[in-house]
Amino acid sequence: MAVSDTHAAIDASAAQLPGALAAADYLPILPVVICFLAGAVMLILRKRTAWHGWIAIPALCLLTLTDLLLLRRVAGEGPQTMMMGGWRAPFGIAFTADLAGTLFATVGAMVALACGLFALVSISAEERRYGFFPFLFLMMGGVSGAFLTGDIFNLYVWFEVLLIGSFGLLILGSRHQQLDGAIKYCFLNLVGTTLFLIATGYLYGWFGTLNMADIARKAADQPAGGGLYTIAALYLVAFGMKAAGFPLNAWLPASYHTPRFVVSALFAGLLTKVGVYALIRVLLMLLAPQQQDLAFILAWVAGLTMMVGALGALAQTDLRRLLNYVVISGIGTIFVGIAAPGALGAGGDGAVGLSGALFYALHSIVVMTGLYLAAGVATDRAGSSSLHDMGGLWRGHVGFAAMMLVLLFAVSGLPPFSGFWPKLMLVRASFAAGMPWLGAAVLASGFLVTIASARVFALAFWRSKPEHEAMVVEPARYEHLDGPKPRGADAMLPILGLVCLVLAAGLWPQWLAGLTRTAAAGILDPGAYLHSVFGAAP
Amino acid sequence: MRTVIFRFTAPYLTSLMVLFSIFVLLRGHNEPGGGFIGGLIAASAFAIYGIACGVAPVRRALYFHPMAIAATGLLVSVSAGCISILLGRRFLTGLWTFPDVLGGIGLSTPVMFDIGVYLVVVGAITSIALALEEGDD
Repeated sequence: MAVSDTHAAIDASAAQLPGALAAADYLPILPVVICFLAGAVMLILRKRTAWHGWIAIPALCLLTLTDLLLLRRVAGEGPQTMMMGGWRAPFGIAFTADLAGTLFATVGAMVALACGLFALVSISAEERRYGFFPFLFLMMGGVSGAFLTGDIFNLYVWFEVLLIGSFGLLILGSRHQQLDGAIKYCFLNLVGTTLFLIATGYLYGWFGTLNMADIARKAADQPAGGGLYTIAALYLVAFGMKAAGFPLNAWLPASYHTPRFVVSALFAGLLTKVGVYALIRVLLMLLAPQQQDLAFILAWVAGLTMMVGALGALAQTDLRRLLNYVVISGIGTIFVGIAAPGALGAGGDGAVGLSGALFYALHSIVVMTGLYLAAGVATDRAGSSSLHDMGGLWRGHVGFAAMMLVLLFAVSGLPPFSGFWPKLMLVRASFAAGMPWLGAAVLASGFLVTIASARVFALAFWRSKPEHEAMVVEPARYEHLDGPKPRGADAMLPILGLVCLVLAAGLWPQWLAGLTRTAAAGILDPGAYLHSVFGAAP
Repeated sequence: MRTVIFRFTAPYLTSLMVLFSIFVLLRGHNEPGGGFIGGLIAASAFAIYGIACGVAPVRRALYFHPMAIAATGLLVSVSAGCISILLGRRFLTGLWTFPDVLGGIGLSTPVMFDIGVYLVVVGAITSIALALEEGDD
C-alpha cells in the first residue's frame, strides 16, 4: 500500500509543513478527538444505558490526563501548535495550545469528570437513553476546541458545537419549565453567536486572515481607526452576552435553574467562562490598542455586573436562583481583570490584573460547579430548594456541611480558600490602573456575596428544620426532585474532589499564580504564540 | 398526501434520489458536490418516502436508527483524521493510496471524511424529519 502526498499534477509540497511528528506533538488535538470518539460511540450505544458509565468515566479520565500532559508540556516548552492537514500557517487552520487556553481546558476537563461521576448517581436511565452522556461529550468537545483553537472562525465553530450540546442537555426531560428556560437561553445565545459571526466577517474583511497569530501580528502595526473599534465593540457585545455581563445577563437566571443540578453545574462552571476566555483572547491579545480605549466601558460593565449579581443573590430565596446570581457576580469580578489587565514589566509581577482574572476564572469554574452539585445534594436531603423550607442539614451530614462551608467561603473570597488570592490581585490591579472605585466594587460585592453565603449556610444548614408545613408546595416547582437521588459516597466523591482543588489553590496559591502570571504575559505579549505558529522565521 | 400516484412513485423517486446523492457525494471530491449536499439529498429522499408511506416503513427500510447512522458518520470522520496520526502526519492530512485491485482508482482520507459528513447529515436530518412527520400522525 503506497501512501503518497502528491495527487495528480498539483505539487502541494511548498504549502505543506515538512517532517514527521513525535507522539507528544499530537497533544493539542487529542482532547477534541477523545471527546468526539467517545461521544460518537456512546451515541451508537444510546440504548445500552448500563454501558454509558463504563465508557464515559474512563473517557473523561483520559481527557483530564491528556489535558494535564498538554499543560505540563506547554508550561515547560511554551505554546504548541498543530496545523490541520499540515498546511502552512496563515492558510491552514491552527490549533494552538498556549498556557491560558490549556489551563482552562484542564480545569474544564476536571470539572467535567466530577460532573460525569455525579451524573452516574443522579441521571435516570430514561435521560441516559435520551442522550445525556453523548451530549456531555459533544459539549466538552466544543469547550476543549474553543480553548485550544488558534483560528477565530474555528472558535466560532466550536461555540456552535458546544451550544448544540448544551441545548440537548438543557431540555433533557422535556418538561414545560425546561422548554421555557431553553427558549430564552437559545434565543439569546443565537443572537450572541450571530454577532460573533458578523464581527468575524468584518475582521476578515479588515485583515484578510482568520489565524489569531496572524491577526495579532498585523493588528500591532495597524493605525487606530473606526473600523477596528466597531469590530472590538461587536466582539465585546457578543462575548459579553455569552459570559452574562451586566446589561445582557438576564438570560442566565431565567434558564440555569430549570435543568438537572448536574447540568446547571456544568453550565455555570464552563459555558460562561468560554465567553470570558474568548473575550480575553480577542480583546487583550488581538485588539489590545482598542481594549485600552474600551477599558472605561469594561470597568463599568465589570462593576455593574458584580453589583447586580451580588444584590440579586441577596434577594433570592431559592438556593438555585441564588447561585445563578453568584455566577454573574463572579463574571463581573473576572471582567475587572479584563478592564485593568496591568502592564507587563511593572515591578516584580507584571500583568497582575489579567493574571488575577485568569486565576479567578479557574477558581470560579471549580467553585461554581461544586456549589451546584452540593446544592443538588442539599435539595435532595431537605426535600426542597427553597431557603424557607430547608434547615438542619448539618445534623447527621457534618462532612457535607463542612464541604459546603468551604465552597461558600471560597465563592465569597474569604482568606484561606481559592477565591481570596485572585481578588487581592484584582483589587491591586484596579488601584494601579487608577480606578480605585472598581477595587471598592470588588470588595463591596464580595461582602454582599458573603452575606448571601452566610444566609445559605445559616438557613439551610445551621438552624433546625422549620416546623411549618403550611406552605403550599406547588407540584410544578419541585419537579426536579423526581428521578434518582444523589445519595451516599458516590455523590460525595466528586464534590470532595472539587473541594480539594479549592483547598489546594487556596493554601498553596503560588504554583497556580505562577502559571496564570506566565499565561497572562503570554497573552499580552504574544511573541511566543507567534513563534509557535509561524516557526522561527515568520 | 397519501394519494395512489404519490404512493406508487415515492419508492422509485426515493431510490433515484439516494443513488443521485451517492453520485453527488463521490463527485464532490474534485468537482462541485460533496458529503453535505449529498446527505441533504438523501435525507429529503427519506422524508419523501415518509410523507408518502408513513414513518414506520422508513424506519424499517433504514434498519439502523438515524441517530446511530449520524454517530457512525462522526466516528468515520474522526477516524479519517486519526489515520494521519497513526502514520505520524499532522492531524487531518490528506493521504492517498492507489491499490492495484481497483485499477488506478484512488482511496483517500478526504473521501473517508466526506463519507462521514454524508452519514452525519443523513442521520441527523432524517431523524429530525421523521420526528416531525411522526408528530403529524
